[in-house]
Order: sequence, then C-alpha cells, then structure tokens
Amino acid sequence: MSEAAQVIAPAAAALSMRDVEIVYRVRGIDREVVRGISFDIGRQESYGLVGESGCGKSTAALSIVRYLPRNGRVTAGSIEVAGQNVLALRGESLRRYRRDAVSMVYQNPGSALNPSLRVGRQLTEVFALRGASRPEARERSLAALHEVHIADAESVLRRYPHQLSGGMQQRVVIAMALATNPSLLILDEPTTGLDATVEAEVLELIRELQQRHSTALLFISHNLGVIRKMCERIGVLYAGELVEQGPGEEILANPRHPYTVGLLRCIPRGGLRKDRGKLDTIPGFLPPIGADLPACVYVHRCALAEEICSKEKPADHDVGTEHTSRCHFHELAQQLPRATADVPVEGPGIDRAAMPLLELGELTKTFHQDGHSIRALSGVSALLWPGETLGLVGESGSGKTTLARTLLGIVESTSGTVEVDGRTLPARLADRSARDVAALQIVFQNPDSALNRRHTVRRMLKRTLAKLAGVGGREAEDRAQELVDAVRLPERALSARPTGLSGGQKQRVAIARAFAGKPRLVVCDEPTSALDVSVQAAILNLLVDLQGKEQTSYVFISHDLGVVRYLSDRIAVLYLGRLMELGPAETVFGPPHHPYTEALLSAVPTIEGEQRPRISLVGDIPSAADPPTGCVFHTRCPRFLGTICETEEPPLVEVEPQHAMRCHIPVDELRRLQGAEPPG
Amino acid sequence: MIGDNVPRLPVVVDGAPPLAQQPLDTPQRIRRETLRQILRSRTFIVGAIVTLFWIVCALFGSHIVPYDPINDSFTASYHAPTWAHPFGMDRVGRDIFSRVLVGARSVMEVAPAATLVGVSLGSILGLLMGYFGSWIDNFVGRVVDAVLAVPFIVLAILVLTALSAGSEGISVSPAKLIMVIGIAFTPIVARTVRSAVLAERDLDYVQAAKLRGERPPYVMLVEILPNVMGPIVVEATVRLGYAVFAVATLAFVGYGPQPPSPDWGLQIADQYADVTLAWWAVVFPALAIASLVVAINLIADTIQQVLDT
Repeated sequence: MSEAAQVIAPAAAALSMRDVEIVYRVRGIDREVVRGISFDIGRQESYGLVGESGCGKSTAALSIVRYLPRNGRVTAGSIEVAGQNVLALRGESLRRYRRDAVSMVYQNPGSALNPSLRVGRQLTEVFALRGASRPEARERSLAALHEVHIADAESVLRRYPHQLSGGMQQRVVIAMALATNPSLLILDEPTTGLDATVEAEVLELIRELQQRHSTALLFISHNLGVIRKMCERIGVLYAGELVEQGPGEEILANPRHPYTVGLLRCIPRGGLRKDRGKLDTIPGFLPPIGADLPACVYVHRCALAEEICSKEKPADHDVGTEHTSRCHFHELAQQLPRATADVPVEGPGIDRAAMPLLELGELTKTFHQDGHSIRALSGVSALLWPGETLGLVGESGSGKTTLARTLLGIVESTSGTVEVDGRTLPARLADRSARDVAALQIVFQNPDSALNRRHTVRRMLKRTLAKLAGVGGREAEDRAQELVDAVRLPERALSARPTGLSGGQKQRVAIARAFAGKPRLVVCDEPTSALDVSVQAAILNLLVDLQGKEQTSYVFISHDLGVVRYLSDRIAVLYLGRLMELGPAETVFGPPHHPYTEALLSAVPTIEGEQRPRISLVGDIPSAADPPTGCVFHTRCPRFLGTICETEEPPLVEVEPQHAMRCHIPVDELRRLQGAEPPG
Repeated sequence: MIGDNVPRLPVVVDGAPPLAQQPLDTPQRIRRETLRQILRSRTFIVGAIVTLFWIVCALFGSHIVPYDPINDSFTASYHAPTWAHPFGMDRVGRDIFSRVLVGARSVMEVAPAATLVGVSLGSILGLLMGYFGSWIDNFVGRVVDAVLAVPFIVLAILVLTALSAGSEGISVSPAKLIMVIGIAFTPIVARTVRSAVLAERDLDYVQAAKLRGERPPYVMLVEILPNVMGPIVVEATVRLGYAVFAVATLAFVGYGPQPPSPDWGLQIADQYADVTLAWWAVVFPALAIASLVVAINLIADTIQQVLDT
C-alpha cells in the first residue's frame, strides 16, 4: 500500500507550512505573532493571505525566506519549499535556497532597489550570481525587462531607481524576482503604494508572468478586491491564526467565519452611499501582539460567541470543497448581527439655491524647482455648499493634495481666489484672520504624524480650543470632554498620549481637533487610507454623523473610489492639476463619464469580481513641468479622437445639468461608447 | 446563554472601541523598560561609577585627600609610588594621589557648564535653521562651516588670547573658558539639531499647529523641541566628554588654572619634560583625564543605543 501511495503521491507542494509558530522578543518578553498556521500552495497555484495589520501576514512571509528580524524566531512547526526543509538551512545552503528557490517582492519598490546603483548593475547581478558571463547577463537582463513590458529597456538599464516611477520600479523588482525562475514567489502588498491604474497593470503583469513561468504565488494583501483578482485560494489570518481557508470566490461570496463576514461588511462597495445606510463595523480590537488569547482567538469581538468559544478551541470545520472555518458557529456566521444599526444617515439638507460656502475661482499654483515651473494646479473653479461633501479623485500627481493645501493656505496660491461665505481669503495662512483660520481645517492622512507624540490629547484639544474658539479654563475642559465624547472616545483618552492610542483612536483625536473651532469646512486628506477596513468603516460613519450634526462641508480626498462614492455628494476628477469632470457622485460614477474617469473606475479590482473589460491607461501620468499640448490627457486617452486632442485644450462644459466635463468627444458619443442606456 | 467567564464586549456604540487595552506596552512600562535597559547595561554602570567617583572628588576632594595637594613639603622630589603615596610625588614633593583627586574640581567646574552653553545655543540655532530653512539656514550654515573649518584648539587659543589682551599673563577665568568652549561647540550641536528638526518640520502636526494660528516660536519650542530631545541628550553627553578633554588641553597649553593648582592638564604640562625621570607624575593625571572622558562616552553610547532601538 505504501508503495502505491508513493507512486501516486503528488510532487512536493511549492510551499507547505505545518503548525508554524513564530515569536518576537520585545522588551524582554516573547510575544507570539503566528500561532500555528498550516497551509499548502500547490505548484503554479496562487494563494492569498488576507487580514488586518498586525495579524502576522508579513511575519509568516518573512519566515519562509528566513528573513525574520533578529528578535524573531520560529519556535515550532515546519516550512518546506519544493520539498526542502527551510528551517534546517544554514550558511551556504541557505544562500543557495534564497538564490534559486524563492523570491520576494516587497511593498515599497523604492527601498527594495539600491538608490546608488544603476538598474542595469542591480539586474545583471542577479544573473551573474547564477554564473552568467557579463554579456550574457546583460542580454538576459534586457530580455527580463522586455518580459515585464518595459519597452525602453536599454535606457532603463542605464538609469538610477529614483529616475523611474513607482510602477516602473515595481516592474524592475518583479523582473529581478522572476529572473531566477523560483518555485515560489512571495508578494507582500506589491501594489499598495501604487495608483489604481498602475496597480491594475502590475497585477495583470504578475498574472501573466506566473502563468508563463509556472511559479507558485503567495500573495499578501489587505485589499480583498486585489486578492479576489489574483488568487485561487485564500487564507484569512486573524491574530496569527488562519481562521478561514478556501477557494477565493467561494470565501468572498459565502464567508463562514464571523471575522470574514465582518470584514466584508466593513467595505463600502457595490455603489453603497451614505444616504442608504451606515457601514457595519467590527467592534473591539485586534488583541495586542503576544496577548494571552482564549480558545477561540476571535471571541472578544464576536457577536456570536457563547460559553464554549472561550473554553474549547474550535476545529477547522469543513464547510465546503476545501473550505474550512475555525468557528463553532460557522453555520450561523452569515447571520452575524450588525455592530451598527442599519439606519440611513440623516444627511444635512443641501440647499443649492443658497449662497455657496466655498468658491474657488481659477485657482492656480505653480511651483518653481530647479529652473522648471511645475503647474500643480491650473485654473480650478468649483463651488461647495454648506453640509456638502466634494470628493476629489485622481492619480497621485493629479493635484488633489495641492488643491487642498492651497485652499487651506498652507501652500500659497499663485493666482485665483478662495472665497468662504463670500469673503475672499488671503493666499497665505499667516495673513488670514483667526476666524478664517478656524473656518477651514484638515484631517490628515497619517494619524501618527498628525498628532504631536509628546502632547496629551487634553493639551492638544485645549490649545486648539484656546486658539480657534477662544475658550479657556474650566470651559475649555468641558468642551474638550464634549469633543472626545463626540468622536466616541472614552473620557480617559484625554490624558493619553498618541503612543497609548491605536491608529483609529488617533484619527478620532485628529477629527476632534479639526472640529474644535466649529469649522465650516474640513478637508479630509485620505483620512482612512492608513487604517484597516474595520477601523475605516467606523471613521467614515463618524464623519457622516458629525456632518449631519454640525452642517460641516467636506472636501474628501481618496484614492479608494468605493469610499469616495460612499461619502461624496459631488465628485471632482483631477488630472495634471486640471478639473476633468465635476458632477453629482452618481452621475460621475455612471456613464457617460470622461474617458479618464472611465479608466480610473475600470482599474479598481472589485470583491464581486465583475468582469468588465478593463480600459488600460498607457504609461504613467506625464510630468506637470512639461504637460502635453492640447488636452493634457491625450497621451494616455483610451478614446483618443485625433489631431484636435493634440492641439486644442477642450473647455470644461456642462454636458448635463450640474455635470461638467472637459472632453472633445460629444457627450452622446461617450454615452454610446460606454454602453449607457440612452437618456429618457 | 452567556457563561460568566465569557469575556463580553463592553457596550460599544458604532464600533467605537474602548481605549487600547495594552497591558504589555503602556507608556509607563516603555519608559520604565527604557530606564531598566539603561541601568542594566554594563557599559553604563562602569561609566556611571567612574563619573560619579570624579564628581565626588570634585565636590569633596579637598576634605578626603590624605595630604595637602597645594603646598609643597620638599621632603622628596619625584619620589616613586609607595604604599603611603600610591601615585608617587611630584617635583616639589607633593602627593600626586591627592593632587589628582582634587584636580577633578577645575575640570568639573568648567566642562558641564560649557556643555550646557554649547547645547543651549546650538539647539536654538539648530531649531532656527531647521525650521525656517531658506536664507537663515544658508547664512548660519555657512558661518557654522567656517567655524568648523578652524581647528578647535587654534580657535580657542585665538579667542582666549584676544580676551586676555592687556591683562597680566594668560590666566583665564572659568567663566571665559565656559563661554569659549561653549561657543566652539555650538556649530556642531546646531548641525545635529538642525537635521533632527528637518525630519520633524514636515510632519503634519506642525502643519496642524500652523492651522490653528500658532506663531513660529511656539511651534519651535513647544511642538518641535520636545520631539528632538533624544538627539539633543545624546549630543550633550558626547559633548561633555569632549569638553573635559578641551578643558584639559587648554590647561596643558597654559590657558586655564595657573600653578600651584592641581588641575590635571596643568600637572601634565608642568612635568611632562621629566617623564623619563618620573613617569608617575605624568601618567596618573593623564589616566584621570582618560578615565573621565571614556566614562562619559560609555554613558553616551548606552543612551544612544537605547534611544535608537
């Protein structure tokens, strides 16, 4: 029997992890990060690991290439790559294993490449290491670059990494990773820092190369849409345990663990909007690293938890074909009660007949750098009414952040006007009156850098109250408590410093600070992009609630179109500092749209995985120092018309009531091309 | 059907989490742990014991020494070390052991104060340069470069000579030494602080402060300064080591206490010509200087390591 078993035994899996446990020693205590995970990746298979930050995704990946930080070690279990026991490797054999069997692509391509060496030197090195002669290595480098669709390979080889865009850098890194034809390629959030348009291209490239090289993929991401697109099987990590495993489509359509269910509900998708209902959230926290956990690691946050859950470790229940869920109540998982009531949000009524709160008139900003003038903003005009949210979208480099900072006065505009309630504001923040400073506030992207880590929350809020609301003493204390309460932090948060708060809590403090001076307008500059989806949902709910209560207007910047769509009343699409499209959210998201908007929308991988043909944008966003002639988008436009696009800049015209667009193609033609139903 | 021992969620409104329950890493624990790491480090303990020893000597040296360190007895010139005089005797028969212990005082009078002056001025300059950038940074930066281009000892001698012009001899008061060494250290400290401030200046909390109408002095002193204290503390400790060395060097070339002061640098200057005759008269004061400089640097190393991790 054993003989027969040997004959039909499949070739060793590309990766096989068995009961792997990993600890980090921090400040004298061993803290368990990965608590016994087991999974296999077959040859040519792609496997996705998802989970929020701190779940142990990257730690698991690093243990496979044996690159754990010095204070980390694998304490139990086994890791095999193509039949090789990875944990037993030492010295030369470890070096050879890393050279031949496995490759890893990290999140930030900029730091994965050596900034002081030319790309050519770094790429040829990979081949030279495997014994290629110099001309041969060069030959193969060129071929590798062609393979990752870098057309201009010769010149890329001569360039330094900083002379390449993020997308190009990541292509080079992928070319290096695949150069050795590894049996396993690990990708740790490979597209997280990239724009959606570039991300889509890189993902497609990875897919294509995986098939050509028949490599197995371990794909790590927090983005379920990306995972859905890339992976056949998914493992959901929570607190260092794999709580659910199975085929990708199946898990996302039919999740059987309360954590997966909760995670999926947090994401604004399928065109959900704030007036249709609140986002669900996951209550509580990921347990801190190294905490003693009950039998079921999710029990503290699970609304289905019963006595058995903290006493008896749930087994991996089979819930479908190769689909397991580590939950006693996997049958009930989808009936998980909501953590937030599913009530539509009371929005502030927006009266567009009233005087607009904010009026931008031909706002322009030109930066001067090394003799170049870079036009970051070019004649942006827009109106915003009280209680309204204007979403700003566009790739990085499109001018979203410059627009926000110019209107706040942090960046001085070159020309054009910012009017608030009919008053024209000075361009420089230092010249603005206290009232105008208080009227416009911001919530920054990164809550870690937005709060002074040496100050307590109380001190931050009271100082802001003193400067912007002119209150001090006892009254300031009371107001600070009200603010903390309004952002749903407990009162003792007042005495905490940022180091004692989680990312979501810090962002709540930042929001409280922005609202301290009763602002008329708050700029939200990607306020949730540094947060996990469950925290993001809670923050978005909070922003919506505060807007309803205070009648505040938002300028909401985000690269996540689902989030923008959920929150915005109107949307402005920017490209190279110009408004390409401006209109009500639903109109912009539905055809007809500007070809650029169309491309942006089609680039986003969705959890539903609907197969619409992707409209790919060619190349990267051009430099604002040397914008294309005519329509600035013509160099990448998927619906390029002809000479007129190259010579004449189209005006921003109202194509429908309230809906303006900057395109030479007649709107009816766009409607037809984009397959929309004819109006009426 | 909920068991007593099932940890239930606190009532949560709209996903608002309770404050992070992180028994492992409260700020207090981190601070305590940092302190513990410093105290547990062997290099730190050695450095601290040696430094403390010299501080005690500087404060109470004249009360604990066995012999008179100033007045000579003319019993035996250059007597080699014995049990009674472990470091031997100098040219005029004074006990070198006593002189070395008491000699700590003149160094300890000047070095810490000079460091304080240098670090304070340097921090202010560094804050201005880092925060404002542009022409202030350029202007002050060039001045700093110019000062750094002249070797410290040449600069100090030039300034001290200029300051003592007209007076008899070159006896230099501690106050003058403090100012000169302090000012000589300012550019180096300014550079360190500047680069730390540059990293902070573009963080969003600085923008947030400006967005509530704070003036530059507030932003610099209340917002940024507390966040660059780490590098400043490290720099201060390193500077203190250099200051000890600087005081000894200047005393050696004659700018500092004058005979019959038991200052270390002065003792070496007095007797180095006779080193072949009586090595102990030079070696023991030199060892005293070295021990203090090394001890302070050991402390600096530990602080830096702990703050870096």
